[in-house]
This record gives sequence, C-alpha cells and structure tokens, in this order.
Amino acid sequence: MTTTVVEPDTVRRANTRAVLRQVLGISTLGPLAALFLAGIFFSIKSDRFLTGTNLSLVVQQVMVVGTLAIGQTLVILTAGIDLSNGAIMALGNIMMTSLAVESGLNPYLAIALGLLACAGFGLLNGGLVTSLRLPPFIVTLGTLNIAFALTHIYSDEQTVSGLPSELTYFGKTFSIGQTDVTYGSVLMLLLFALIWYVLSQTAAGRHVYAVGDNPEAARRTGIQTRRLLLTVYAAAGLIYGIAALLLVSRTGVGDPNAGQTDNLDSITAVVLGGTSLFGGRGNVVGTLIGALIVGVIRNGLQLIGTKSIYQVLITGILVIAAVSVDQIVRRRNQ
Amino acid sequence: MSVTADETTKAGREDIVFEARGLVKRYGHVTALDGCDFELRAGEVLAIIGDNGAGKSTLIKALSGAVTPDLGGFLLDGHPVRFHSPADARAHGIETVYQDLAVAPALDIASNMFLGREIRRRGPLGSVLRMLDKPAMKRQAAQQMSELKIGLRSMTNPVEELSGGQRQGVAVARAAAFARKLVIMDEPTAALGVRESGQVLDLIRRIRDRGLPVILISHNMPQVFEVSDRIHIQRLGRRVALITPKEHTMAEAVAIMTGAMPGRAEKEPVATADDGAGTITAAPASGVSTVGVPVASAMPTRQVRKSTRSLTDTIGKS
Ligand SMILES: Nc1ncnc2c1ncn2[C@@H]1O[C@H](COP(=O)(O)OP(=O)(O)O)[C@@H](O)[C@H]1O
Ligand SMILES: [Mg+2]
Repeated sequence: MTTTVVEPDTVRRANTRAVLRQVLGISTLGPLAALFLAGIFFSIKSDRFLTGTNLSLVVQQVMVVGTLAIGQTLVILTAGIDLSNGAIMALGNIMMTSLAVESGLNPYLAIALGLLACAGFGLLNGGLVTSLRLPPFIVTLGTLNIAFALTHIYSDEQTVSGLPSELTYFGKTFSIGQTDVTYGSVLMLLLFALIWYVLSQTAAGRHVYAVGDNPEAARRTGIQTRRLLLTVYAAAGLIYGIAALLLVSRTGVGDPNAGQTDNLDSITAVVLGGTSLFGGRGNVVGTLIGALIVGVIRNGLQLIGTKSIYQVLITGILVIAAVSVDQIVRRRNQ
Repeated sequence: MSVTADETTKAGREDIVFEARGLVKRYGHVTALDGCDFELRAGEVLAIIGDNGAGKSTLIKALSGAVTPDLGGFLLDGHPVRFHSPADARAHGIETVYQDLAVAPALDIASNMFLGREIRRRGPLGSVLRMLDKPAMKRQAAQQMSELKIGLRSMTNPVEELSGGQRQGVAVARAAAFARKLVIMDEPTAALGVRESGQVLDLIRRIRDRGLPVILISHNMPQVFEVSDRIHIQRLGRRVALITPKEHTMAEAVAIMTGAMPGRAEKEPVATADDGAGTITAAPASGVSTVGVPVASAMPTRQVRKSTRSLTDTIGKS
C-alpha cells in the first residue's frame, strides 16, 4: 500500500471510463450493442423499420411492460424479485375502470384509488419480506394469487368498457414532425428518467444498491434497511399502478385477464438490461434497453413477415445469454 | 508518538479517552462480562486478547453500542455516556471495523466511504433535489486514501475490483475518516493473507499516529505484540491484566490468558479511592497488572505443560 505516481494519461482514461460507468453503468454496454445489432438487422431487412412512426409504435408497445419493469428493477436491485406485478396491475386496471364506470366515481378519484390499491399491495409485499423475513419469491407468488383472485371476484369476470376520456388520456397522441407519439410513451420515459435520477444521483439510490449488494454492511453503516425495503416495494407498487393506467389508456377497456404474463416479461426486460438477479448491480437505463430489445425484435419480425413465436425463441436465448454473462462477471470478481 | 510502557504506567487520568467500570452482561445463566473494566488512553493501540468465551466479543459489542450491559458505566473523555445502539456510539465518534470486510462490493470506493453519510450538493440541488455531491465525496475519499498512504487511485472503481487488503483498507479509511474519538477493529486481518495483514497493521499505526486511539481485537499474538502499545487480557468475563509488549513476553501473555499464570490483578484489587470512580457505577474493580506477573513456580506443573501447548497452538494458528 504505497502511494503510486500516476501518469496523466492513465488518469484521463480512468476518468473517461468513470464517466461512461456513471452514465450507463458498464453492464449496459452489452444490451445496447444487442439493441443496435437488432436495429441494424431489421433496417436492412425492411425499409419500414427505421421510420418515426414505426419506432414510436415500438415504444408504445413496450410502454406497459416497460413501466412494470421499472418497479421490477427496483425490487431486483435489492436482491428481491416480484412475481406479483402483472396481477397487481390487473387489479389496478379493473379498479380504476370499474369504479369510474360501474360505481360512477369521479374518474380522477377512481384513478387515485387504483394507484393507492397498487401501492398498498406493494407495501404488503415489502411488509411480508421485511417483518417475516420471507423470501420475496414466495411472498410475491402469494400476493400474485391474491391480487389475481381479487381482480376476478371484484370484476365478476366482466370486462369494463365505455370509459370516460380521463382514463384514456395517456393513449392520446401528439405530433413530433410527421410522427405521432402517445402521452403514455412520454410518461414511461419520464418515469425511467426519474428513477434513473433517484438511483444514480441520490443517497437513497446508493442505499438501494448497498442493501442488495451487502445488506449486513448497509445495516452497519446505519442505513435503515427495513424501512428502505418497505419504501422500495411500496414505490414499485405505485409504479405498477401507473402501468395499470397506461394499460387502460392503450386498450380502452378494463380487463380482468390483462397482464397475466407481464410479470415474467418485466423480469425479462430487467435481465436483458444487464441488471443482476443477485441484486446490487444494474440500472433502469439497461431495463429500458432490455424492454426495447424485446419490442424491436417482435416488431421487426412482424415487418419481415416471420411468425411472432420466433420472437419468443430469440428472447429466451437472449435471457440465457444475459444471465450467463452476469454470472461470469460475478464469479470473476470473487 | 507511541506511548512507552513507562509513560503508560505513570500517566495520569487526563489522557484516558474511553473507560468502562464493572461491566456485567448475563445471557441467561452465562455471565459473559463479570465486572469487566476497560481503559483506553490517547494515542495508543490497545490490543484485547483472551481465550474463546472470555467475553471479548461481548466487551467490544458493549463498547460499540451493539450490546447494553446489565451493570456498569462508560466515561468518554471523562463524561458519562450510554449507548443504546451502534448508531449511538457512532454519533459519539466511535467507529468500528469488522473482520468480514463490511463493504458493498459493487459500489465504488467513494460511495463505500460515504455510505450512510453521503454529502449532498449545496443549495436547492441538494436540499430539494437531494442530489449527491459526487465530486466532493470523490475528492475527500482520495485525500483520505493518500493521507493514510493507501495506494488506490480511482475512487470510482468498484470495490470488488480490489484485493482483500485494499478492501479492508477502504473500511479502515472510512472508520478513520468519521471517527472523532477512537476506532475499534474486530480482527481486521482475519480474512487476509500475510502481506495484506502487514499493510493493515501499518494502517493501524498511521491512524494512531494521526491521533486516534485504536482498539484491536486479535487472535494473532505476533501481530498483537508487533502493533500494540498495551494489551488488555480478558479472562472469564474480566480484565485480568493490562500489560505492555515491552515488559512481557508472548508466553507470559498466553499464560495469563489461559489462566496458567494468574494476572497479579486477580489477587490484588487496585485501590479505587483516587481515580474518580464516583462518577461511574462503583463496582468491585478487578485490578490491573502493569507491573509484572507472579513467578511461574506458583503454578501446578501440569497446568504449565498445558499452557505451553496452548501457546504453541496460538502462535501456530497465526
Ligand atoms: N448472544 C448470546 N447469547 C447467549 N450467550 C452468549 C451470547 N453472546 C455471548 N455469549 C456467551 O458469553 C460468553 C462470552 O462470549 P464472547 O463474548 O463471544 O467471548 P469471546 O469473544 O471472547 O470468545 C460465552 O460463554 C458465550 O457463549
Ligand atoms: Mg468472539
């Protein structure tokens, strides 16, 4: 342990790397490359791919799962996992629509109650994980079923239609040049930006990483790890509520069967984005890229007229690849 | 700057930084601390040694706020204090370094140094937007590293890219940066190799030389004798001797530790009249041996042989 003289060149290179690491997280470079490769491939194969309208469509298609994946990223960074987010979103979706249409509530109040219910479910997840120290996998498997059952009991298996326009606001579009963009897409991107800011620029964000990375070390430095986990799960629940609102906006109905595989799709986006399932490393920029990878492949295959099941096949292979890379990186560092 | 044995024995009470009297801690039928005394002086490295079950960990937990003793009290810089949690002790300027490398490996060095004590930007960016002042944390971390001569260049490297010794260096630097009174190190070299242990010992000396007293718990006798100014020997829940490496041999220390050789103190309680004990809970103080130990001939022969074996064991382990 001696002080070492460092050449300015090394410093500059270290700084460049530090900046890159800060902006993206080094784990994001792989996913970004994959997204570009897919983009280049489909641009060559189809001249309809690289148009504003099509790219806006891709973002719109990943809007719901992308938003769910933001909450999922928060939970996974703490070394947890959330299987219940799709079911919580479906419950929020049916509450917002049913309260507004069947119960005739003010639509804004209906939205607020739906958001509250979702945040409440998130808080329940967090409470069970922290107070009973149950594994998040089991807790959220339980709340997945509870939320699913409540959704079907409450809706009586009926879809809700004839929604007031307030509920579908985020499905509306505005134009940038020739391209129509939905407000929902913008909301999703803003949410990504907000959570990126919290995770990378605030102390609370540092603590989320620390709790996922080494909970004992985090506790010893005086971080209130239980309160932090509760906050993370509750915030994730609220984000699922926003996803529910985006889902309502996109489909224009309240559907008790919505989002049944979205929990796994959101995990896929997180993993493809380079966030480690072991917690403590990754970021939401990666998750956005991960969601876009799935969206681009699905969209591109449709454009070149290939069966959409190949998208599932390719996604499966990519997930395995992403998890393997994570595992190798972790092992090398141990 | 090291306190010599002579100074230690003659020193007055003014330079006592942290003191405990008559600590008792029971777990059911087990008495982990049985009227234990403790004393740390300014500018010293105080080692704590003792056999398994002697109550070292319990003592350290009491000193660092993790355990509240049933009886007994503390004086920090002469003022009575009481810790209800590690956060309490930290608020009083006491920092602890744990043996098992308590860092977050995926976070960078600066983030680890300031974990739980982050610096925010000045103005609304910090107060409203809660934005971290990363440059300031990086700068201060780098300064701390260079003051302690820890050869780490980039504060933005994740800690997992460092060697075990360097990681412990980060933990030690963090403690040194935030401790105002003293640093407790619980077996800081237990997870490290020989060379890296040596680096951490250097670090301990540098921290002491910067004016922070250090409490070092270690099983490694050669390390204890290399780095410490005084040695607190814990046995059966008490301090049975307070010796200096200059006046005692490792064999003697181990003999006292194992009970093969009674610390003089066990038989001759030190008078408490003149030492201001009235300010803390009065307790039947088990005294302190700073002068010497009784002659070995006082021991039964069989016990001597046993203690010799455990001496080789102890040294062999290190
Ligand atoms: N939390 C606890 N519960 C019950 N007994 C304990 C606890 N902590 C320590 N002890 C007991 O107190 C005694 C002293 O333990 P400890 O302080 O760990 O000693 P050392 O660290 O010197 O080995 C031992 O007999 C141990 O079994
Ligand atoms: Mg112990």
